[in-house]
Amino acid sequence: MKKISIDPITRLEGHGRIDLFLNQDGGLENAYLIIPELRGFEKFCEGRPVEEMPRITQRICGVCPLAHHVAAAKAGDAVYHVDPPPAAKKLRELLYASFFVADHATHFYALGAPDFVVGPDAPKAERNLLGVVKKVGQEIGARVVQLLQENHEIAAIVAGRYIHSVSCIIGGMSKPITEEERKRIVEIAQASVETARFSLQLFDDVVLQNQAYVDMILSDAFTHQTYYMGLVDQDNRVNFYDGQVRVVGPDGQELVKYSPEEYLDVVAEHIEPWTYLKFPYLKQVGWKGFVDGPDSGVYRATPLSRLNAADGMATPLAQAEYERFYDTLGGKPVHQTLATHWARLIELLYAAERTLELAQDPEITSHEIRTIPTATPDEGVSIVEAPRGTLTHHYVTDENGLLKQVNLIVGTTNNYAAISMSIKKAAQDLVQAGRVVDDGVLNKIEMAFRAYDPCFGCATHALPGQMPMIVRLYDHEGDLVQEIRRD
Amino acid sequence: MAAKPKLAFYWAASCGGCEITVVELGMNLIAASELVDIVFWPCLMDFKYSDVEALDDGEITACFFNGAIRSSENEHIAKLLRQKSQLLISFGSCSHMGGIPGLANFYDADLILERVYGTAPSLDESRGTRPTPTFEVPEGEIEIPTFYDRVKTLAQVVAVDYFMPGCPPVADQVWNVFQALLAGKLPAKGSVVGVDGETNCDVCPREKGESGLRIKEFKRPHQVDLDPDVCFLAQGVICCGPATRAGCGLPCIEGNMPCRGCYGPPDGVVDQGAKLLSAIGALIDTDEPEALQQIVDTIVDPAGLSYRFGLANSILSELK
Repeated sequence: MKKISIDPITRLEGHGRIDLFLNQDGGLENAYLIIPELRGFEKFCEGRPVEEMPRITQRICGVCPLAHHVAAAKAGDAVYHVDPPPAAKKLRELLYASFFVADHATHFYALGAPDFVVGPDAPKAERNLLGVVKKVGQEIGARVVQLLQENHEIAAIVAGRYIHSVSCIIGGMSKPITEEERKRIVEIAQASVETARFSLQLFDDVVLQNQAYVDMILSDAFTHQTYYMGLVDQDNRVNFYDGQVRVVGPDGQELVKYSPEEYLDVVAEHIEPWTYLKFPYLKQVGWKGFVDGPDSGVYRATPLSRLNAADGMATPLAQAEYERFYDTLGGKPVHQTLATHWARLIELLYAAERTLELAQDPEITSHEIRTIPTATPDEGVSIVEAPRGTLTHHYVTDENGLLKQVNLIVGTTNNYAAISMSIKKAAQDLVQAGRVVDDGVLNKIEMAFRAYDPCFGCATHALPGQMPMIVRLYDHEGDLVQEIRRD
Repeated sequence: MAAKPKLAFYWAASCGGCEITVVELGMNLIAASELVDIVFWPCLMDFKYSDVEALDDGEITACFFNGAIRSSENEHIAKLLRQKSQLLISFGSCSHMGGIPGLANFYDADLILERVYGTAPSLDESRGTRPTPTFEVPEGEIEIPTFYDRVKTLAQVVAVDYFMPGCPPVADQVWNVFQALLAGKLPAKGSVVGVDGETNCDVCPREKGESGLRIKEFKRPHQVDLDPDVCFLAQGVICCGPATRAGCGLPCIEGNMPCRGCYGPPDGVVDQGAKLLSAIGALIDTDEPEALQQIVDTIVDPAGLSYRFGLANSILSELK
């Protein structure tokens, strides 16, 4: 059988690869997304004191460090059976919402928007953030840079710094914020809400008003009918920081809703020997391989999934956009992978609104931000929504709080099976009669991949990005018959 | 007009935080991009290994290399970039000292694989399956790299000209180093750059107490109210400040949490962990061996704490 390797599939050379196998007729037989890297946090955290985990696990990913920081603090709360004071929870959620603003905006402008704003067929030298700025204007570019820098500033105010924050600790927060700092956060959050609204308008103007893009979003090549997972509050609205995890089926009906400590009843992980990354799936549905539909336990945990799994958004402007989203795309659930970009912008708006709400909460400057734990530590599980999917931290400690067992199911990992399926589906058009038809099609694979904003920094410690690709096609003797490059 | 300096950025086994810190330069980065040619930066720009291979030896003016050496791939690229670069700059804690991934050196590869693929509680009946370097799938053969047994620092595999510590290096310091590089004002090769000369203790504004520090008991940060104005060690909470080079601007201390040592040892100190333990030992308030032992026993995970970022670069690592 013939084999094609696409290597690497991210900007990070050597940390991700797609192998395509051809059948006798020269068509695609199968596609494998191979993740060749592992760091082993689950093991080397053993022996460490659990209170250090917020500062250790965020080094899993410097792109979304706050997700691990907050999840580890919450898991530590659970291990010590301690409930932080309300003001501490609000400060953590404020910090976390502001982080979502920065992270979602980074993805949209630096990674997602080049495909749409600059165009999927534009020269690759322009298909980057600078190309987006060129297209939409310097003023807007400066506005985006300001959004990122100011939300990093919020993290510095609340938690010491943005990359590898320090202030979330077991039982609460290590420091309060002052009234002056609160005012500054309000100012930043107000500007963030406006930039989020502008971003949705930009998406509307550039993408939704362009029939070719809309057709591409709605096309079968970018569609999978799967289960969807997301954290919701008591009213089933999207929540990033806390709540229960809700899973809905391809028909949009609730399959299960579970609390963090129940995760092992719902999620299991499958190992394939050709990759270092594991494949989580829904236990009660079962692992049926890389297929979609109601009989396959494959689920997705993305911005689109969170919208599908919830009944709405908890802030007014985002709720209006949520309704418009489903009205436009024909009701719930939406299965079109590329609609994830739009869903991400709705979450961006929610995150900005939520930051503002919390910054205007009179309790946010309270000095009651610590509960010193008194119980004997043993075991705890926490779940937050990372930007790229549901994040689970599970710790078991000895009676001294030293870790004996650590289990992590991180954002992107949830989506590994689905991403693999999306790549295969997009690649089916790539190969005809034993030949790769043209290198423009490579971008199709890339777009299928990028909608998930996969962060193998979290999953395996590489970063997403535009993918320089090499496709190699080998004949039965293993001789190279064709090579297509896009570098 | 003279040719613009050519810069390269690379990440090996790392988290991406070093890249984000460069992005934090914001408009400064956009301004700087006018002054230099970036010839290789897999995170943000589309250039490939082959582009690097095609360069003349020494054609890259300076390469900023972050991440630890965890695989043969990392080592291969480190050697390639060394050959093509006039200056190779170790950027961030992982390439400098192994960083957090270096904690893996407490265990060998087999123990790590056993935990991830053998005993993790979420595994299904595929439990025990191990990723295999060469595996036959129904359609053919798939190859994946072998998981290295140990994490190495950049300087353990190639010669390094400058070291920029930090997890990540703070943006102000990165900008200082960029400017010094462009102005041709970097210090002698082998120097640690983007830092200040003293320890974090020396520059920390917190009160250390009147009669000097004397520790009777060690406490863990989550177990005590943390006074934002008083030295952590004076509160009995271990802080790595005495054994850590200054230069970060103390953001963790500002966040009311103790230093964990990511900027590495100060000048003249080879082993950061040994320095920390000896500095702390000198503060223990007893001369009785038994009492001393009791107080020392209140330090949890001393090795994981004092070598939080430096295990791969430590005396401990050499013993292994």
